[in-house]
Amino acid sequence: MSDKLLKVENLKIGARIYPPGEKPRDIDIVHGVSFELEKGKVLGLIGESGAGKSTIGLASMAYGRGGVEITGGKVWVNGREILGTSLRDLRKLRGTEVTYVSQSAAASFNPAKKIMEQVIEASLHQGKFSKKEAEARAVELFAKLGLPDPEKIGDRYPHQVSGGQLQRCMTALALCPEPDLVVFDEPTTALDVTTQIDVLMAIKEAIRDTGVAALYITHDLAVVAQVSDEIMVLRMGDMVEHGTTDQIINNPVEEYTRDLVSVRSTQHDGKPPTDNPILTVENVTARYKGTNFDVLHNVTMELHPGQTLAVVGESGSGKSTTARVITGLLPPREGKIHFDGRDLSSDLEGRTRDDLRELQMIYQMADVAMNPRQTVGTIIGRPLEFYFGMRGAEKKKRILELLEEIEMGPEFMDRYPAELSGGQKQRVCIARALAAKPKVIICDEVTSALDPLVADGILKLLENLQKIENVAYLFITHDLATVRAIADSIAVMYQGRVVRYGPKAEVLEPPFDDYTDLLLSSVPEMRLGWLEEVVGNRKMASAGN
Amino acid sequence: MHPVLKLVAQRLALSTLLLLAASVLIFAGTTILPGDVAQNILGQSATPESLANLRKELGMDQPATTRYFNWLFGALQGDLGTALTNGRDIVESLSGRLKNTLFLAFWAAVVAVPLAIFLGLLAVRYRERWPDKLISAVTLASISVPEFLIGYVLMYYVGVKLGWAPTVSTIYDSMSLGEKLNAIALPVTVLTMVVLAHMMRMTRAAILNVMQSAYIETAELKGLTSFQVIARHAFPNAIAPVVNVVMLNLAYLVVGVVVVEVVFVYPGMGQYLVDHVAKRDVPVVQACGLIFAAVYIGLNMVADIVSILANPRLRHPK
Amino acid sequence: MMRIPPAAMIGLFFTGLYFFMAIFAPLISPYPMTEIVGDVWEPASSEHWLGTDNIGRDLLSRMIYGGRTTIFIATAATILSFSLGSILGFTAAVVGGWVDQAMSRFVDLIMSIPTLIFALVVLSVMPVTLLILILVMGLLDSTRVYRLARAVAVDINVMDFVEAAKLRGEGRRWIIFREILPNALSPLVAEMGLRFIFAVLFVSTLSFLGLGVQPPNADWGGIVKENKDGIVYGIPAALVPAVAIATLAISVNLVADWVLNRTTSLKGGRG
Repeated sequence: MSDKLLKVENLKIGARIYPPGEKPRDIDIVHGVSFELEKGKVLGLIGESGAGKSTIGLASMAYGRGGVEITGGKVWVNGREILGTSLRDLRKLRGTEVTYVSQSAAASFNPAKKIMEQVIEASLHQGKFSKKEAEARAVELFAKLGLPDPEKIGDRYPHQVSGGQLQRCMTALALCPEPDLVVFDEPTTALDVTTQIDVLMAIKEAIRDTGVAALYITHDLAVVAQVSDEIMVLRMGDMVEHGTTDQIINNPVEEYTRDLVSVRSTQHDGKPPTDNPILTVENVTARYKGTNFDVLHNVTMELHPGQTLAVVGESGSGKSTTARVITGLLPPREGKIHFDGRDLSSDLEGRTRDDLRELQMIYQMADVAMNPRQTVGTIIGRPLEFYFGMRGAEKKKRILELLEEIEMGPEFMDRYPAELSGGQKQRVCIARALAAKPKVIICDEVTSALDPLVADGILKLLENLQKIENVAYLFITHDLATVRAIADSIAVMYQGRVVRYGPKAEVLEPPFDDYTDLLLSSVPEMRLGWLEEVVGNRKMASAGN
Repeated sequence: MHPVLKLVAQRLALSTLLLLAASVLIFAGTTILPGDVAQNILGQSATPESLANLRKELGMDQPATTRYFNWLFGALQGDLGTALTNGRDIVESLSGRLKNTLFLAFWAAVVAVPLAIFLGLLAVRYRERWPDKLISAVTLASISVPEFLIGYVLMYYVGVKLGWAPTVSTIYDSMSLGEKLNAIALPVTVLTMVVLAHMMRMTRAAILNVMQSAYIETAELKGLTSFQVIARHAFPNAIAPVVNVVMLNLAYLVVGVVVVEVVFVYPGMGQYLVDHVAKRDVPVVQACGLIFAAVYIGLNMVADIVSILANPRLRHPK
Repeated sequence: MMRIPPAAMIGLFFTGLYFFMAIFAPLISPYPMTEIVGDVWEPASSEHWLGTDNIGRDLLSRMIYGGRTTIFIATAATILSFSLGSILGFTAAVVGGWVDQAMSRFVDLIMSIPTLIFALVVLSVMPVTLLILILVMGLLDSTRVYRLARAVAVDINVMDFVEAAKLRGEGRRWIIFREILPNALSPLVAEMGLRFIFAVLFVSTLSFLGLGVQPPNADWGGIVKENKDGIVYGIPAALVPAVAIATLAISVNLVADWVLNRTTSLKGGRG
């Protein structure tokens, strides 16, 4: 086992949970996972939430987060078994041999200390470098990771740099003590897609140049395909499949892996626009109360009956604000909303009950979109009662029909939201919107909080329902794969403006404007070598200019 | 101007404004409400003439706003008027008593603050184990017990049965510091017990909050020792909330002083206030109310300012 | 079958006992409240279970009637502070705008003066009657309930399910009573227990200072005051009502704690 840097054998991890008002009980998170990692190699750990991937990553430092405890198995690092060793020995391992990059650099940096001080702390503490050497190495890493002004950035405080920059600083922090293994725990998940690609490339190059080995943890198979040599697929604490990246992406053996690989490949043929749009947003300019700058500038778009308009953009692009203007929550400063041949009042108070009924909304976080003290039956039944005056048996019959439409059984009627899974919650929200018999449903990032396979199910359901009910969707998302899967037309938003708009086929066909090009090319594709290709193209393009 | 200075200046201005508003409230509370001061002083049998005379003497024939501004400007110049009951200058009677009250509160703080922080750290260190649970139980009990119960229990057992400390805390200027401290041993103990549990619990929560931050995990994963994690990463972030906790509890302590002074017949401002409320001596009540409010508002302001000064986002703006 | 933890059991027992004695005071009290039936500060005996007080009245009878007064005032003040504070707090949160600003700033102002000091200032000019005591305590304490109710309601008000109800076109009443209230209930119920304790301690303190219930009537705080001079002579009569106050307060606290835990663990989770 000489060249095996990390060896994990039959690792079992459990946790004690404290349900409110009940006795604490122990649960198993990981049931016996084994793998090995050679020096300088990258292993991707992939799985949905609850798969146990972060827990396994931290176990390679013999660390359990919160109440998590390693209950069985063995872990060797550089030939030494670490689970049985003393805390003192572990402290020598942590921060020198194995280091960690977390999902949220913003929370993982101490707000009261300068970046440099934190980046070099582990090296100094372990006596690996002198202060001068460590600082020189940090500056070198800052430069390698493409941070602006690498000489000076260390003098700043964490809140003084952007999220993408801080994530790179965190990578520098992990690489500074020259570790043998770095655990990357969803390092790009919190970033916008155009920022993600830069950080991803920086991480990949840093791994290559320093020869460090890495465990790369993510829920996004397309991302992990770009950086790892091998991939291990996990599900509910069990290993599903382990192979080379090429084998997992191109020849997955297990059905679950095949589902994960094909999840983004759903296609939808765009329908052409009609003559009579059901919803028109016309030259809308808007700002939030108490601020003095516009967040939307002259936004115009149309939605056609029974079709889907996808509004795409990164955080801060104004896509959710557009939804607020349409629903009447934020009256615009200028511009109008036309709906089904009439002008809608700009504020909520001025709208008729039919206006409200015909324009429904579904939210990103299904668990806060439902009153936790109401049953599914009450939640779906209320619009029936409120808009159509349904009562008793008639209402119940309709609720059951709606439950059937969202592919859930009648037994769910008396359940509370807390008893449902994430996908089921979102389905109930869809049923609540449908209950109003709307003409338009605004879907605000409805699949972003869900695991890919569950999200896929929701998209398929929405598409089916569109065929049955002939309802139009205004689909707000940051995820271009979702757009491809569902849209008829697309509006690309950037900094409060619509930068590109039209039928799907046109929007996704070159020639592109700069931003759309950047956005489209930044979406990770599930094939090997994609990252190099994109970055190479960009370098060529900028050299050409 | 640096944003921190600006915020601190804002806090100062806000507190001044609050104090001004509080003075209006105190004044209004004693004048606009029904209840005739002159009648109260002279009793039901007073003749109409004597009532009218007293009202004039008190300035009651003038409109309330004029009286308020006279009172306020007087107070700003250090003149709080004269007491109705004995005609003595209020500032003169108050200064010695205020000093005594601050003396008592100071020594209570000296004992309570370090003890509370130490026990708070202990509770964090042994979280969910018996020292922590014991502290929770004591807290529950102590917020349910009136100050005077603790006072009399101590007086009865420690003062009377054991005879370890004087049961009545009389102090004068001529006493030495040691004698004074002996005299106030019991009231200081009571005040300490009154604020201790609260302060401990809040300290525990503040430190736990910091200890559960992701950057503490980062520090642990750097292989730092527990001491280094606490000293370098937890302490700089915990200091502001803890100071905040201390200030809020000191403000609470100032109020607790009132009851404790009455229990131990201590010649402080609280007892002075209670005496004169019973005698319906309005100028004295107004003066004491204003001073208590000023101390309370001041301590709350210090707590706010400390939070501002300790916030790295404000100290080092983008 | 509902399992009641032992701590809550003890709390329920004593709370129940005290309320029972308060309601049926005239039936169970062995002597009239103000009648002198013995010597000054007689020790406990078979005639006088708790002894007699500073002028020779039966201490047990005075305790029973005193508890009645204390509990009555505290309950009335709690009901007042609670209904006023929570209604205004919810309204401020849901209506928002200048209504919220005006009410919140006013509450800030009242709370900038310590409650006891403010009460003393007001009581220096008001006649001290039961009604005035209840009003002063209830109004002052409603500021705390207001703050809590507003904070809880503001948190809930920004949740997507409330926005969904607004978009559906629901009226303010539905939003307050059907969407917000059920979710705000458990913190408010726990707060109600705390407010009651606070009211008990507060009225006791006022009476102890001689500014609450006036003689010959007395609540527990007043009985402490009457008998406090005995302490220095080694007569513990003043400790009896003080201990009663403490046990009542602790019992209510235990019950409130249990109620809070129970309601958060209801189906639907999330307190």
